[in-house]
Amino acid sequence: MIARLDRAGWIFAFLLIATAVAVPFMALSPATSAFHLPSYLVQVLGKYLCYAILALSLDLVWGYVGILSLGHGAFFALGGYAMGMYLMRQIGARGVYANPILPDFMVFLNWKELPVAWWGFQSFPYAMLMVVLVPGALALAFGWFAFRSRVTGVYLSIITQAMTFALFKEFFRNDFGFGGNNGLTDFKDLLGFSLQTDAMKAALCSISAITLLIAYLVARAIVTSKYGKVLVAVRDAESRVRFLGYRVENYKLFAFVVSAIIAGIGGALYVPQVGIINPSEFTPGNSIEAVLWVAVGGRGTLVGAAIGAVVVNLAKSYYTAALPEVWLFALGGLFVLVTLFLPKGIFGLRWVDLTAAAGALLIVHFAPIAPNGLYQTYLLHLAFVIDVAWGIAAFFIIRFLLDWTIRRLGGATPDIARSSSGNGP
Amino acid sequence: MLRRALLAALSLFCLAASAYAEPLDDGLNDLLGDSFPQTTKAVGEIAASGSPQSSAILDAMANGRALIDAANHRIVLKTDKGDWVDAKTGAPIAGLDEGALKKVRVNNGVRTAIGAAMGGLSMANADPAKRREAAEQVFKSRDPKALPAIEAQIAKETDPNALASLKQARAAILVADDSAPTAQRVAALADLTARGDEDAENLIATAAASAKDPEFKAAAAAALAHTQRRLAMISVAQNLWYGISAASVLLLAAIGLAITFGVMGVINMAHGEMAMLGAYVTYVVQGALPPALQPWSLAFAIPLAFLTSGLVGAGLERLIIRRLYNRPLETLLATWGVSLILQQAIRSLFGASNKQVTSPAFMTGSFDFWGVSITANRMWIIVLSLAVFLGIQLVLRATPFGLQMRAVTQNRRMAASMGISTGFVDTAAFALGSGVAGIAGVALSQIDNVSPNLGQGYIIDSFMVVVLGGVGNLWGTLLGALTLGLANKELEPYIGAVQGQITLLIFIILFIQMRPRGLFALKGRAVEA
Repeated sequence: MIARLDRAGWIFAFLLIATAVAVPFMALSPATSAFHLPSYLVQVLGKYLCYAILALSLDLVWGYVGILSLGHGAFFALGGYAMGMYLMRQIGARGVYANPILPDFMVFLNWKELPVAWWGFQSFPYAMLMVVLVPGALALAFGWFAFRSRVTGVYLSIITQAMTFALFKEFFRNDFGFGGNNGLTDFKDLLGFSLQTDAMKAALCSISAITLLIAYLVARAIVTSKYGKVLVAVRDAESRVRFLGYRVENYKLFAFVVSAIIAGIGGALYVPQVGIINPSEFTPGNSIEAVLWVAVGGRGTLVGAAIGAVVVNLAKSYYTAALPEVWLFALGGLFVLVTLFLPKGIFGLRWVDLTAAAGALLIVHFAPIAPNGLYQTYLLHLAFVIDVAWGIAAFFIIRFLLDWTIRRLGGATPDIARSSSGNGP
Repeated sequence: MLRRALLAALSLFCLAASAYAEPLDDGLNDLLGDSFPQTTKAVGEIAASGSPQSSAILDAMANGRALIDAANHRIVLKTDKGDWVDAKTGAPIAGLDEGALKKVRVNNGVRTAIGAAMGGLSMANADPAKRREAAEQVFKSRDPKALPAIEAQIAKETDPNALASLKQARAAILVADDSAPTAQRVAALADLTARGDEDAENLIATAAASAKDPEFKAAAAAALAHTQRRLAMISVAQNLWYGISAASVLLLAAIGLAITFGVMGVINMAHGEMAMLGAYVTYVVQGALPPALQPWSLAFAIPLAFLTSGLVGAGLERLIIRRLYNRPLETLLATWGVSLILQQAIRSLFGASNKQVTSPAFMTGSFDFWGVSITANRMWIIVLSLAVFLGIQLVLRATPFGLQMRAVTQNRRMAASMGISTGFVDTAAFALGSGVAGIAGVALSQIDNVSPNLGQGYIIDSFMVVVLGGVGNLWGTLLGALTLGLANKELEPYIGAVQGQITLLIFIILFIQMRPRGLFALKGRAVEA
């Protein structure tokens, strides 16, 4: 099964390989070098790549099979917890309570023995097996029940949300044995290498990029195969596929389990880079946000999902630091606007739109209308609205100018993704 | 006043007054010894003496105003005004050498004894409520020294409630006292079973375990079984009440969701925020009303919350949901976005902290209904949810609009062919559903924190109600809410609140295996939604 890549796929693969190679060089170059990448940026990039893995896994089920999972964050978090448990066991006697076997929180809770669920997690291969097995098994059990009884559409979405909500509540409890509210943190090293060194951070970032590439190739191989055609058919006309004699539930289940495993691996890479895993990763809001990444990037494009994850999180990092008050407005507005006006996401845009959007962003950033002082007062919402309106106006002006120029030159305005196979509806 | 009533009552201790004159001396002598065991003994003697001075002495002891005048071999009391009186006679003393006095020391054991003894003394209070209180205190302390006072009071008690309490207090003493006559103790068991609460159960259980007399032991065992059965029944009833109360909240929160889901096939993720808006309307109304109208604030808040949330809902339908027609999954995302915007808007307007909504007087407090404690606000929420449920049923069954709505729910295209304006029905149904959520918010403001996150806490539970109940019929919603509310509260005592909720979520996931469209699915030939 060799994945057949389209042009966007080749570019994406090239970018990921370039990232994987360049990041260690840039991170380890001397701080005075122009190419130096500070370690916090390496960490942020690695985090985004993990989010992109989650988005890609979600796109596989939502974009190609029509399963809108509002609980994919649960698989991501389970993979993260499996990795976190390994990292916890690696701390050993270096914890605050210096217990060679029990992690700190267990000593704190006065536990005498290691719970069964934690057995074996001192071994890296076993932990990696669990990273794959636990999300996979949950998806298998859940999907087997749900798809067999033909729970579809909105019902399925709600049930997946209930699943992650139940897990959230469960992991929140101290008695459940996974650190309760505080989760797992204070990690020291992975396979004997300290997590704090620049080299390790760069390595993790590179590994994330490579993993994203592999996940993309696997997903791409699935969706371009004959099997993938059936998946798309299930998305577009489930009953018809069933009437043709296909076992729809098996197709769905396969895609769902593969997707959950990819999400779990993403979570496992995420945890050592951010240094903590706690129950908040299970909150329904997180999973829905991941759906937004896919929607923004472009549903049913795989590459678009990954781009969407990076773009939305860039915006999030920027806003939550610069204007925390308006971030929820921006996020909520993004949900509404993308679903209303960009059903194909960024990937469905024309190059002209994208150029105009980039231009508008630059204009708002470097030449905002609202005076900067206004953002410091209680009128900051007003300032925000003014600048958003200014950005939208700039977007339309630039787009009109570009379109006009292109028409004068007699050129066409192709989509970013051209008409690659497997595009969303 | 109190003192005089006490005196009057004490003087009725027929023979007592003169016969007990001596114990007062004994008691005061014991106090001079100033050792804790002796002081404790003295407390009993003073209380039992029946002297008009007893309560003053005990009160002074409890407050550290009883002092030993060793030189004159007497106890002196300091009054509230700072004068000195003789403990035995109550006569004022002048020219006391305060430096030579020594306080009567009191420890916790002594204090308990004083409490019990004071209980015995106020047993004869003119106010029946005070008498009950005193009896209750004796019931808890089970001090045998209070027995004569109780017996005396029982003989002339007229208030039935006070009489019951006194009898229970007597029973508590007798049952705990192994040396009392068996016949009396067995009779006392009946009083305790009549009381029938956990205190009584504990008492009987201890007595049954330690009893030596076989006759009493058997009677106690029978009484224990009886009490335990009664307690078990009360506990079931209490859980039932909690369950119904939880169900009423779920019903209020889910009913609007069921309407919009039924009519339009879309899930409104901003439904919880509609309830949150309703709660904030309650808060604003309360702030805006003049004090004279405050008791009626809910009467203003309910229609206003309905209108506010309904209008926001209608706007949401017109501006967003309409444009996503036939894309239910995208609707889910868009309404989630709206919920984020609404949350942040409220946070920007009112701040992130909780807002204080005061409950009107008739919605505060609780009362006891056959051993089941019932809180007033929960009761009114049940009434409200039933009223809303019946109101919606009425709209659906008895109005032309309801008929149209049901028609669109069953078959949208056929309804449109018959000339029903489905667009109008959509908007109106969405407004109705959101408005009901607003009313739910008024109710939630009475039992929960009014904060921008209010809606988030209820949204998933209301989804579960809709999934469980199905959309064919509002009775499904009622049944779904009742099932979830009751099951949740019945599971809670055994596996804890969180575990109970998780179990229910798993149950629902399994349940939709059998009925993928809920309890009351629409009958029809549609292959898929």
